[in-house]
This record gives sequence, C-alpha cells and structure tokens, in this order.
Amino acid sequence: MIFVNGKPVETADHPTIRDVLVELDIDPDAAGIAVAVDAEVARRGVWPTRTLDEGAHVEIVRAVQGG
Amino acid sequence: MTVQPHVAGRSASPALQIAGRTFGSRLLLGTGGFTRMETLGDAIEASRTELVTVAMRRVDTSAEGSLLDVIRARGVDVLPNTAGCFTARDAVLTAQLAREALGTEWVKLEVIGDERTLLPDAPELLVAAEQLVDEGFVVLPYTTDDPVLARRLEDIGCAAVMPLGSPIGSGQGIANPANLTLIIEAAGVPVILDAGVGTASDAALAMELGCDAVLCASAISRATDPVAMAHAIRHAIVAGVLARGAGRIPRRTHARASSPLEGMAEFAE
Repeated sequence: MIFVNGKPVETADHPTIRDVLVELDIDPDAAGIAVAVDAEVARRGVWPTRTLDEGAHVEIVRAVQGG
Repeated sequence: MTVQPHVAGRSASPALQIAGRTFGSRLLLGTGGFTRMETLGDAIEASRTELVTVAMRRVDTSAEGSLLDVIRARGVDVLPNTAGCFTARDAVLTAQLAREALGTEWVKLEVIGDERTLLPDAPELLVAAEQLVDEGFVVLPYTTDDPVLARRLEDIGCAAVMPLGSPIGSGQGIANPANLTLIIEAAGVPVILDAGVGTASDAALAMELGCDAVLCASAISRATDPVAMAHAIRHAIVAGVLARGAGRIPRRTHARASSPLEGMAEFAE
C-alpha cells in the first residue's frame, strides 16, 4: 500500500509513478501536474522508471484558482 | 500627435520590468474567488493583465478544471503562488512542484504565519526566499509593510517585493501609506502592492505613492460585477501613474483661493 494525496491506495508491488497515475485515471502526459514522493519533487522524466516503496507518500498537484 | 505623459521619479519607465521582463500592464490578477471560469476569462481580458496567479493543490480526479486553458486562451502567463504554506519547507516544495507542473521559475512566495490574519511569517519567509533564489527561482515575496523586511528580501535577491496594503481579502486598502512610502523610497526592485485593495481608488493611491504595480484578487473576483471592476482598476492604475508623474499639490492646512482676489465687482447696497 502507498499513500496518494493522503489516501491509502492498494497497488502492485513497487509500481512506477506512471503506473500510479494511470491507475488513478490521471493522464501522465497531460501538462500542468507535478508529483512529489516523500517530500521531494519527482521530475516528469523519472515517472516511467521511478518505483515506489511500500508506504511511500505521493502528492500529485495541479494549478487551481488562487490569489 | 501622441502626447507622452511626463512621469517623474521611480515610475519614469513607461513599462514595468521584473527580472528583465517587460510588462505593458501594471496590474497582476489573482484568479482566486471567481465563481465562473467565463467570468475569469472576461476579467483577464478587461484588466489587460499579462500575469495571473494560481495556487497549487492536490489533483481532484473527479473535477478536472480548465483553468490553465482559460488562462492560456487569453494569452497571459501564470504566476504560481505558495498560498496556504505555513513553513519555509512547504513553500519551497510547493514552488518546486509549481515549476515542474507549469514550467515557470517565477513564484509568488507566500509563507503565512497566522490563519486569522493571513499575515506573512517573516523569519520563514526569509529562509524560503533565500533557498528559492539560490535554486534559480524568480522570487516575488508577499511581505508585510515593514521597510526593513522588504530590504532584507531585496538583499537576498528577490526580483520584486510585494508588501500588503492590509490583510488578504480584507478590502481595507492601504492601512499604512507611510510605511509603504518608505519601502518605495528604498527599493531597488519593483514594489507591487499585494493584498488589501478593495476598489479602484486603492489601486490609484498605490500608484500615486509610487508603487510599480498592483496585484488584485478579491477586489475584482468578489466584486458584484468582476469584469466591470477589472476594467475600473485597470484605469485606476493608469490614472495613478499619470497623477504621480503630474505631481500632486502639497497638502495645506488652510484654503488657498484659485480665483484672483483683485478686481472683485462691488455691488451697491
């Protein structure tokens, strides 16, 4: 299990970041999103290869309206 | 014939420059608070802004917004903020995520110290600003109206300083014009009034005092007619710049007649 945006998510063992995005119906090729794993930015280029350990904390963010 | 307004002092430049980039508009627009995307788009158009702020939040797969599409369709750039961050660490991470998501190194740095007032946390702000400048960001920090803090932020290498007029969303205008003037007099980087604007006259006053630009969010987005207010504030900023260049009369305690005292007609009883 990993945590995505604070919620527990069951995944296959050691999924890549890209796997997780696809699993959650988030287009990994869409512009405007960014990912942090365990409080460090994971750049887009590593999404297909970077695997996640059990218990990893993943944050996926996008731009929203804000002052 | 085109009449070039004579504009004195720090506003002599006909255009706003931040970090080597030139802007035709001195109004930055916050996108927060608009209830409809269409209104946001129309307000961007009416304001003539070239730079609009966005916040970074968790992806909500159920509601994919078209915010970036609306912004880009209007041909303006995004300035991500770090709103909601209470620590330097969170603000730096948010800026890094924004750079990754949006492909911009510009960030409006906010590190908030208190939920009720949303006032900046000065020590955390300095730590975050220093780290982001070191990482190559163009840092525009939301700061208090403290001239010393503004100077420190400039010394660190911030590309502008963004002092508040009054608390975010309060609409109280410029609470301390004396402090704002001290910041403006000392600053070697653009001074952008951020927060507190309630209506057009507040924005005009900011420019008359010598600010280089104004950022408005709630004043426009939460106005009864946001598009009309965007239009009004755009013109208020132009009026303020022109008025500063024109040179206002000094304030006097007593009246000074503008009509001649000589040559008055004398009427028979």
